[in-house]
Amino acid sequence: MMFVGVDLGSRTVKIAALQDGRLIGHQIRESGFDPHRQSLEMMEGFDPVRVVATGYGRHLAQKHFAHEVITEIKAHALGARYYFPDCRTIVDIGGQDSKVIALDEQGRVSNFQMNDKCAAGTGRFLEIMAATLGYSLDEFGPAALESEQDVAINSMCTVFAESEVISMKNRGVPARDIAMGVHLSVVSRLIGMLNRVGYGDCLVFSGGVARNPCIVKLLQARLEGVSVLSPELPDIVGALGAAIQAGLA
Amino acid sequence: MADFEVKAYPEMWQELGVDVARFDKARQMLGSAYASIYLSQQNRPTRMDYFDNMVAEIHGGRVQELVAAKKEGRPVVGTFCVYIPEEVVVAAGGICVGLCGGSQGSIPDAEKILPRNICPMVKSAYGFKAGKICPYFQVVDFVYGETTCDAKKKTWEILDRLVPTYVMEIPQMKNKRDKDLWLGEVQEFKHKVEVVSGKKISADDLAAAIKVINNKRRALQRLTRLRANNPAPISGKDALLIEQIAFYDEPVRFAEKVNALCDELEERVKKGEGVMTADAPRVMVAGVPMALPNWKVHNLVETAGAVIVGEESCIGTRYFKDLIDENIKDIDGQLDVLTDRYMKIDCSCFTPNDERIDQVIKEYRESTAQGILHYSLQFCHTYNIEEIRIKEACQKEGIPYLSIESDYSPEDVGQLQTRIEAFLEQIRG
Repeated sequence: MMFVGVDLGSRTVKIAALQDGRLIGHQIRESGFDPHRQSLEMMEGFDPVRVVATGYGRHLAQKHFAHEVITEIKAHALGARYYFPDCRTIVDIGGQDSKVIALDEQGRVSNFQMNDKCAAGTGRFLEIMAATLGYSLDEFGPAALESEQDVAINSMCTVFAESEVISMKNRGVPARDIAMGVHLSVVSRLIGMLNRVGYGDCLVFSGGVARNPCIVKLLQARLEGVSVLSPELPDIVGALGAAIQAGLA
Repeated sequence: MADFEVKAYPEMWQELGVDVARFDKARQMLGSAYASIYLSQQNRPTRMDYFDNMVAEIHGGRVQELVAAKKEGRPVVGTFCVYIPEEVVVAAGGICVGLCGGSQGSIPDAEKILPRNICPMVKSAYGFKAGKICPYFQVVDFVYGETTCDAKKKTWEILDRLVPTYVMEIPQMKNKRDKDLWLGEVQEFKHKVEVVSGKKISADDLAAAIKVINNKRRALQRLTRLRANNPAPISGKDALLIEQIAFYDEPVRFAEKVNALCDELEERVKKGEGVMTADAPRVMVAGVPMALPNWKVHNLVETAGAVIVGEESCIGTRYFKDLIDENIKDIDGQLDVLTDRYMKIDCSCFTPNDERIDQVIKEYRESTAQGILHYSLQFCHTYNIEEIRIKEACQKEGIPYLSIESDYSPEDVGQLQTRIEAFLEQIRG
């Protein structure tokens, strides 16, 4: 039997299909203006018995096609455990928010923290800062890793941080150093959230930002004795969790 | 959805100096928000019709009553806080009305003058007066302010330029000397009310007023007890609305109507009827006041399929959990027990404030809730910091817990919805 999970995120829609408990297919596309139609197109070719939706568009999806909705928090908990059955801590950075999730031994959510209403510390924050510095999103992390000196970005507000970055640029600070400063500020914020929630010795990093090598490296450096693990496809962890939930009903 | 509108009284508004054109838009927005948030609910008790009507007449019928009372020489006092010694005003034949302060709509008016980074309730309240978009503000003889927070106490100085604002000093500790200070403030307040009303308050007047307000508080206590039943006989949204209306309705009539509603709820409980099924997660809200029309948290929680079964809040149990001894016959003794009662209020402006931590846990047990949602307004330092201790107490007791800090704007609704739904997933297990 096939189960499909759909994660209608703020920036991208992800789908994951499970057959007999194995991941047999996935897709990632930009959300566009009509995320539910986008999701339906992406599901063509799959023939699931149940569909579970998660992400910001989950309720929209439930209106149109999904059998059930779960929050991203629960979806990431289920998805992370698929890859790493013993993990107790998850960091997820998506387009619009960042989360730290703590799990109990059985994998149930015991505590979580999410960023407040602004874009601080999210994928969108990195995207805007990359554009301000003239990098594509894929170039941004590797460029920061080449930095030779630390520069501090003090503001976590996307709007203020952007002006801070622009004034640094105009003082002649090299772009890669500013890029490093941006990455450091995101990681400091994450560490703050991790300290509030508490964390174990195995931490799963999910969401699109987990593909940024600089964030991963800085996070690992700040968390001594903790193994920071990223699944092969960090973007689809939420969709995968939703597919797992579809199979549980 | 049923037709609903907040009724328009443009002529009366004009006379009161309200900015009629603007206010009429706010009236329409309130009406459509009420219809979609309230009238879309299933299985509401029929006796909510009185409270629906109180919303329909919020800017009309009730204001007319206040205007009429003023013509008879009865003082009308605008209030913001549960520390207002209401009994003293009622004893002089006066009326207390809680003033508007729960809406995003008036905040731009306030931000023309006040700093942006202060409490939304303070900004909203000031904005209603500055923009002339609240008939209650226009009708009052004076506004009662207090010193429970820095944003308020400094705003009173600015507000006083627009409407006479009388400030009572609320101590921040609960020692003997603090009670003495408070008693002195209550005595001075009594004098102020006597001057405004031109009426000397007798012991009989005060005894009668104590009874009236006690009865209002008793009716609200009864409503709270009924909410502990599962399935809940009334929604949290409806109960919150009643707690909000408690601040502007006529107290005797209000208590009667709440008791009549409670009779209906008792019948529902006997028949096992509820607004939601018995498996709906039960949440208690603790924290800051939710001034009308701030229904943000309740609406999000109940839209997600849970039911709110209690508000540990100023607009909630903090307003009505304590009564005043009715057996004192002399005025000095009455003012003394009145002050004792107000000293029991566990506002986070006090330090230490251990009794609030215990009270939250006690109410949680009594309400048979399954989790606590702590709600704090942005920039409310005392509630935001006290939240640490509430969280620790919940961890110690193994109570599922979520903390939210928010203002009146709709921009964080998506994130809040996710957090609230994840909290309910935690409760459902």
